[in-house]
Amino acid sequence: MTLTPQHRGRRAAIAVVRALGGVIIAVWGAATVGFFALKAIPGDPVDVMLGVHAQVSESVKDQIREDWGLTEPLVVQYLSYLARLVRGDLGTSYQLREPVASVLTAQLPATLSLAGLAILIALVLSLTGALVIRRPWARSLASAAELVLVSSPTFWVGLMLITVFSFNLGWFPVAGSGDFRALVLPAVTLALPLTGIISQVLRQGLDAASGQPFVLTARARGLDHTQLITRHTLRHAAADSVTLTGYLVGSLVGGAVLIETVFGRAGIGRVALRAIIDRDLPVVLGVIVLGALTFAVINLLVDLAYTRLDPRQRLIEGTA
Amino acid sequence: MSTVLSRRAISLRRPAAPGVILAALVLAVLALAVVAPGLFTPIDPLAASASGSLQPPSSAHLFGTDQSGRDVFARVVYGARYSLAVGVGASAIALLAGLIIGVLSGLAHPAVDSVVNRAVTIAMSFPEFLLALVVIAIVGPGQLSLVVALSIAAAPAYARVARSQTFVVKRAGYVTSARSLGVSAPLIVLRHIVPNTLGPLAVMATIGVGTAIVSAAGLSFLGLGPAAPAPEWGVILSEGRNLLDRAPWITLFPGLVITVTVVSISVVGRYLQSRSTR
Repeated sequence: MTLTPQHRGRRAAIAVVRALGGVIIAVWGAATVGFFALKAIPGDPVDVMLGVHAQVSESVKDQIREDWGLTEPLVVQYLSYLARLVRGDLGTSYQLREPVASVLTAQLPATLSLAGLAILIALVLSLTGALVIRRPWARSLASAAELVLVSSPTFWVGLMLITVFSFNLGWFPVAGSGDFRALVLPAVTLALPLTGIISQVLRQGLDAASGQPFVLTARARGLDHTQLITRHTLRHAAADSVTLTGYLVGSLVGGAVLIETVFGRAGIGRVALRAIIDRDLPVVLGVIVLGALTFAVINLLVDLAYTRLDPRQRLIEGTA
Repeated sequence: MSTVLSRRAISLRRPAAPGVILAALVLAVLALAVVAPGLFTPIDPLAASASGSLQPPSSAHLFGTDQSGRDVFARVVYGARYSLAVGVGASAIALLAGLIIGVLSGLAHPAVDSVVNRAVTIAMSFPEFLLALVVIAIVGPGQLSLVVALSIAAAPAYARVARSQTFVVKRAGYVTSARSLGVSAPLIVLRHIVPNTLGPLAVMATIGVGTAIVSAAGLSFLGLGPAAPAPEWGVILSEGRNLLDRAPWITLFPGLVITVTVVSISVVGRYLQSRSTR
């Protein structure tokens, strides 16, 4: 069946609306579950704001509760949270007395540059591995290395890198988030387990792809190993790896909490950890919502990339 | 998981590779450290000595000593108890919870099943560490929170496998025969569905113990696990963190032990997996 441009346009519009709907539902779901879960836990937010040992009369505490809207019925609090969320207002931090949204956006560049560089390093390492590693002994060496990378605690690897490269060799600063040199060790640390996972999946994908009919055709056309991988099988294998991206982004965020602590860097992970320990609930909820938004958007992009990477997916869509 | 796993499938027919035997030996030694840590070292893991602080590794202190002069080797040996208890405990609870959710979902009305399955899929798209962090954000830090958080984080994966396994078993010939013989539904679940689902879940749980140990170490390193004097592996790592320039051994050895433990668990787990699927 051939599609007219109008058909295609309408189909694309429906796809966009559906995708945006998915993002909104994910954020709403996370905000709702997070809101009620955090309301259910014992403990008085006012104690968090003032510190447990503060000598403050009950009437002052009541006044604070009134000011923060904590005396309203739960449903009213929930609805007003949602109403503010729509406008991009995530509430105010109990501890920092600043809007949660500005607390988080202030930390975003530090975490994004760390995660971005880590992904770049992981991709370069695992793609190089996929191209270079062919012999059986190299393959078993690579899979042993992957096992160790995936099994060792990331933050411990970071501590060991600090010991060797900062204390013994003095190549990089021990801690801090100043210049680019301070970014290298944390990004490498964060990239190592990612490299392990990506290259595992990539190699399985390459093996599976090498049995496909298009590989035989390409070989018959006289392509050598490297050409075959870069033009055909890698694209095929990448489609599998890309579906992992959501998971990988999650491990980056989780890893960032540990890595930012180990290397004394500023960032979303540090703020989240501080908020968890201090019971600063608006910030915790803000991080949950931001996380859900990131996940939903990334998954959306992954779906789009998937259809672009594997031509057969487009064909299936066209005939559907 | 291709077909229904019978207990016979994990028979000792193929010889195990040397790596698998080595990994199994490592796990046996760890199990011994959990049961009888006194066999490995006569030193008390909490005994401080001001004179012997920050000693490098020697024959008297294999892994050196920390700032309070406590023996790092003794702390690591006694710490096996905490870390393996959290790992095994969290995996066992996750297996049980996943089994119950998965089997019930697999037998429930399709509408209920699809809602449960959607929730499980969403939960599974988050890495365990992140999910555990969120749970601790809600329930607060502590040793017990660690177990709760890690089991909640791991449970969805077990539920997923238990559900698909239930789908296979409930259509099997012996279940149909049992039903036509008038065996009650709960009895069928207990006698046929649960035993046939347990096999693949047990293999998953083996590998899950390793993941849980790494996550637990990370969470306690962040101060979200057991409190400081406890010789838990993540706690030891956080104690060594500010002494990397003077006493890197405090950090080096516990991390190595965690890595070796988790690699061994993965090797044994993958071996069991390869046996049960073929």
